[in-house]
Amino acid sequence: MAVPLGRRALPGLALGLAGPAAAQGAGALLNVSYDPTREFYRAYNTAFAAHWREKSGQAVRLSTSHGGSGRQARAVIDGLAADVVTLALAYDIDAIAERGLIARDWQRRLPENSAPYTSTILFLVRRGNPKGIKDWGDLIRPGVGVVTPNPKTSGGARWNYLAAWAWAQRHAGGDQGAAQFLGRLLRNVPVLDAGARGATTSFAQRAQGDVLLAWENEAHLAFAEFGQGQFEIVVPSLSILAEPPVAVVDRNVDRRGTRAVAEAYLEHLYSAEAQALAAKHFYRPRDRAALAAAGATFPDLPLVTVDAEFGGWAEAQRTHFADGGSFDRLYQPGR
Amino acid sequence: MRRPTEEPAWLRWLLCLLAVAVLGVFLVLPLAAVFAEAFRRGVAPALAALGDPDALAAIRLTLLVAAIAVPVNLVGGVAAAWAIAKFDFPGRRLLTTLIELPFSVSPVISGLVYVLVFGAQGWLGPWLEERGIQVVFALPGLVLATIFVTFPFVARTVIPLMQEQGRTEEEAAATLGAGGWRMAWHVTLPNIRWALLSGVLLCNARAMGEFGAVSVVSGHVRGETNTMPLHIEILYNEYQFVAAFAVAGLLALLALLTLAAKSLLERA
Repeated sequence: MAVPLGRRALPGLALGLAGPAAAQGAGALLNVSYDPTREFYRAYNTAFAAHWREKSGQAVRLSTSHGGSGRQARAVIDGLAADVVTLALAYDIDAIAERGLIARDWQRRLPENSAPYTSTILFLVRRGNPKGIKDWGDLIRPGVGVVTPNPKTSGGARWNYLAAWAWAQRHAGGDQGAAQFLGRLLRNVPVLDAGARGATTSFAQRAQGDVLLAWENEAHLAFAEFGQGQFEIVVPSLSILAEPPVAVVDRNVDRRGTRAVAEAYLEHLYSAEAQALAAKHFYRPRDRAALAAAGATFPDLPLVTVDAEFGGWAEAQRTHFADGGSFDRLYQPGR
Repeated sequence: MRRPTEEPAWLRWLLCLLAVAVLGVFLVLPLAAVFAEAFRRGVAPALAALGDPDALAAIRLTLLVAAIAVPVNLVGGVAAAWAIAKFDFPGRRLLTTLIELPFSVSPVISGLVYVLVFGAQGWLGPWLEERGIQVVFALPGLVLATIFVTFPFVARTVIPLMQEQGRTEEEAAATLGAGGWRMAWHVTLPNIRWALLSGVLLCNARAMGEFGAVSVVSGHVRGETNTMPLHIEILYNEYQFVAAFAVAGLLALLALLTLAAKSLLERA
């Protein structure tokens, strides 16, 4: 765009001086999201602003906030005035709903469990795959450094953990074998980062470990950012269907009068335009046409679901990640 | 003639070299790295990163927060120092300790305290929400957290000087019939003006650079509640290394200018 810097900066200056409170309001929308969606929502915000102007004749100012999914949910509970939340897993939105900010039946309000795109967990290894990592079973070999974030704070890490558990249940002898497997896997983790993006930086930038357990989109992004020659993506024999859900924060939109634009923002995620954008940023689109257009980008592999495998997120959270859950029992730093 | 206190030349050189090496490795090298990274792809990308609307918003917000927090701490710090150095009252020791509290408390806790008090689930949360007042995750929260963290700077630099100067001049002014304001304006303040300025400058440098407490109360909304240090972290996590270090370079430059101003003042 050939807009001179000075002219663009001046209205911004006025806004900045008026303070954050004045910047929100009817023509503004805040999307509180998790870590790896930055690039996707930056592109989507531009697309939606154009769509909304066409549809309603109004300009809308879209802001985003990113961080570990659990931490972002906590901020919304503590009063961060999100109009919509787009988080890594249903449990984090349930936590907000429990405080009465979102209607309890939020997951039924939009198609496909309120998850307009899906993702899965893959491996990213160094060029030539020097440690020969092909599947989950290779992760517990001695001398293999596994990089994964902390499931207490990171949504992605919880998907990683459950995917490993599901594989081990089939190949290492039921729940007991899976627990043993996870214990050995965690001993191969040098350090647990707080969020998915931090883990990617540790692996790619600081050269820690031999394999990164990553969101599919995060793996592709690292691939693109750091030069394709440096890494290889490994598709395991089994993974998990991650459904990052979205919801309107009822209490905030009703107070600020932004319900119409907030609902349109989420509904438009299911449009052909947004689905293609999601695929472009390596999220698996729900739309069959967009998925077909993406071709070989998204390999076909068996995916288990949290509902079928772990009895839903509330149950999985209680069994594995709550205080005293399986993670607390299996993770012993420094051993 | 060799004086008994004089050390041999090689020892003096060794000590000097050691000091320079330590300074170089721990201070100069990292600082140089910041600027080197920022200009790694030339001057234009670094300048473009500073012209980005989100970066401009972060710079404005940082300056705005400092512009509010520093004057508040100037007034509060001088008042506290004046009370401690010039008067005897019960609880004087306690007040001295309280002033240093922000130095000893982790900045993360300083931020969390404000979330606990002003957050939606906090003590005052419901009351504020009914009135549509947003404190945490907005400008007021950022200012409060910054004021808390930087409070000791002005008071701590002024108190020792005020104590050293004693009360005689004030007592003379009082004998000559000067009231409290006049005494402060014509006697006390001129006596401490250089120490005061250096305290204010230190306070300003820290206010612009504060990360921990501000991170907790920010909410990290791009272009709205991200100060410069927070914006730098975000850029770094988005693989925008040149942009991250360009903003970091600017922040370092602001701090260096502040320090340069301080040392110029001290020489004067």
